[in-house]
Amino acid sequence: MTRRSFTATLFAFSALTSVPALAQTEIQWWHAMTGANNDVVVKLAEEFNASQKDYKVVVSYKGSYPDTMNAGIAAFRAGNAPHIMQVFEVGTATMMAAKGAIKPVQEMMKEAGEAFDPKAYLPAVSGYYSTSKGELLSFPFNSSSTVMWINNDAFKKAGLDPAKPPKTWPDLFDSAKKLKAAGYDKCGFATAWITWINLEQFSVWHNVPLSTKANGIDGFDTELKFNSPLHVKHLANLVELQKDKTFDYSGRTNTGEGRFTAGECPVMITSSGFYGNVKANAKFEWSNAPMPYYPEVAGAPQNSTLGGASLWVMGGKKADEYKGIAKFFTFLSDTDRQAKLHTDSGYLPITKAAYEKVKASGFYKTNPYLETPLLELTNKEPTENSRGLRLGNMVQMRDDWAEEIEAALAGKKSPQEALDAAVKRGNERLRAFERTVTR
Amino acid sequence: MEKRVTFDGKALPYLLLAPQLLVTIIFFYWPAVQAVWQSFLIQDAFGLSTEFVWFENYQTLFSRPEYFRSLVTTLIFSSVVAFLSLSLSLLLAVQADKQIKFASGYKTLLIWPYAVAPAIAGVLWLFMFQPSLGLVSQSIRALGFDWNPLLNGDHAMALVVMAATWKQISYNFLFFLAGLQSIPKSVIEASAIDGASPMRRFWTITFPLLSPTTFYLLVVNIVYVFFDTFGIIDATTGGGPSKATETLVYKVFHDGRLGGDLGGSAAQSVILMVMVIGLTAIQFRFVEKKVQY
Repeated sequence: MTRRSFTATLFAFSALTSVPALAQTEIQWWHAMTGANNDVVVKLAEEFNASQKDYKVVVSYKGSYPDTMNAGIAAFRAGNAPHIMQVFEVGTATMMAAKGAIKPVQEMMKEAGEAFDPKAYLPAVSGYYSTSKGELLSFPFNSSSTVMWINNDAFKKAGLDPAKPPKTWPDLFDSAKKLKAAGYDKCGFATAWITWINLEQFSVWHNVPLSTKANGIDGFDTELKFNSPLHVKHLANLVELQKDKTFDYSGRTNTGEGRFTAGECPVMITSSGFYGNVKANAKFEWSNAPMPYYPEVAGAPQNSTLGGASLWVMGGKKADEYKGIAKFFTFLSDTDRQAKLHTDSGYLPITKAAYEKVKASGFYKTNPYLETPLLELTNKEPTENSRGLRLGNMVQMRDDWAEEIEAALAGKKSPQEALDAAVKRGNERLRAFERTVTR
Repeated sequence: MEKRVTFDGKALPYLLLAPQLLVTIIFFYWPAVQAVWQSFLIQDAFGLSTEFVWFENYQTLFSRPEYFRSLVTTLIFSSVVAFLSLSLSLLLAVQADKQIKFASGYKTLLIWPYAVAPAIAGVLWLFMFQPSLGLVSQSIRALGFDWNPLLNGDHAMALVVMAATWKQISYNFLFFLAGLQSIPKSVIEASAIDGASPMRRFWTITFPLLSPTTFYLLVVNIVYVFFDTFGIIDATTGGGPSKATETLVYKVFHDGRLGGDLGGSAAQSVILMVMVIGLTAIQFRFVEKKVQY
């Protein structure tokens, strides 16, 4: 074989093998899902890639939620952002304000010519990720809400009826005292995500403002309001109960959730996304119930708001790539797929059709615990105070607030002092954010 | 007539220095200059809008009591860790230097922790001391002591001090051991013949002769606690509870990386840089005079 013909053969060969790869457009998807949820992400991408030939979704795990967001921001600054980035709900305001960096989902779907009806999505879910005018900016992916997880065996041991879970905070405090007397002396009840549950969801559930301007949705010039008598009373109750461990502080994130599955804390208020973990690891009978409320607050309980994450499409990509992303989102919104995702992972369905389908199948009769967060989210028509939260610098603010709550629980500050300080520090962050976005 | 070989070219010395200079400029000076520049800017996280604000980031920093709290935390943390890790490793080195069975086995085991990455060291200690599920904390609680680093700042501080000290002991141990072995045996033997007790021999002969090593380690340890411990803090306490374990370098990471406040974070790292330069200069100027080489 002469050298030339060898080269020619090589070319022909490489052309043969690389043609399909060249024609495929790659779509990078950065996510923060671990364990069983990571498998869900990988499987979705595999199914999509197998379903068509033009696009290939490539998933990369980038660490925790803040890590993923920071990796995406750093990549954007370096000029090579991924196409799709999973961002937790707390980062929503930051992403929304970054107008040049993102591509609004609704706009993208329209440009790509994909059928897209924003009304097909559950308003409680899509509302969180839409502008005040109702334009969907990011694609809801894994959504959850706050529920109260109950160790039924512990309840029986303490002479309580798990079929009648505590409805109000005072009820819960009484039950926790009984549980403590029945041997759960290290922890009567606990909450994960200390600020999400005891400030954010707490405000929404009681229809009181966390901050002005509809919790920031209507404007960046929002001011925090969670040092009200109701908030102070709640924190004072927690501080009092912390003294003898009827309530036991379990950290700022969800690392304390293991205390429930290990049987140490018989009541844990945390995300409904905890479902998979409870199902796999709890060696006792369990159930869940809506969050408690204070009965003296008129109109409580209102409705709850979301946790979890959504998918943001980054700006500055090619039209063909956007077309692929749009196709992928249509693939994700498919009713059967949504219904299956919901029943497998425990995250909420995002379309009305999927919710109706699961409901009609009778699934909730045998699995009522997957419906609890949905019932909470849709409990009442959302108000100014319960549509959602949109506060800039929220990641840092949550730490500020948690620090002040920790100071109160440790007895270093009074509940009023702690919440006043948390509001003051938070407002400084809000003003700093307002300054960078309105320039 | 002078017969010495000389090189006339002015370029050659610079050429020979070039690789080293290049590395220093690219990896040390350039980032440092960038940090200084960034500290004069207020920027959103994506870098879409930038405003030049002179010293405003510094002003905000110094107007916040948290910053000074974090400074005090750093001073406490670094002096305790430096003192503990130096004294414990000196003790271990002196013991390992004696004629004992399996000496090399002990030495190897003592060096091991150095190979553990800070974040992993943090996680290991967290597993042992996590208030409700940790192995060690369960036994502490069984003894009736309410160990709770999640809420009690002093407990959290004790936890990060332990982890940071443990991590640094092997490094110090290695240097102390080498230092001890280079002390001439004859001097020690002579004083033994003169009737000096082991204690006295240590304080009057070994310790002064070790001073160059101790001094070097002191500098290295201070730099270590200032900069390299943030992995441990991040993994064990995340700076909490209520900022009780937030050191300056952790605050830089926290505000810049987690909070997206690059200007404020850069201002903090510039201050930190100045502090460490100053500290090292002081050490070389004053402490070094007491060192006997």
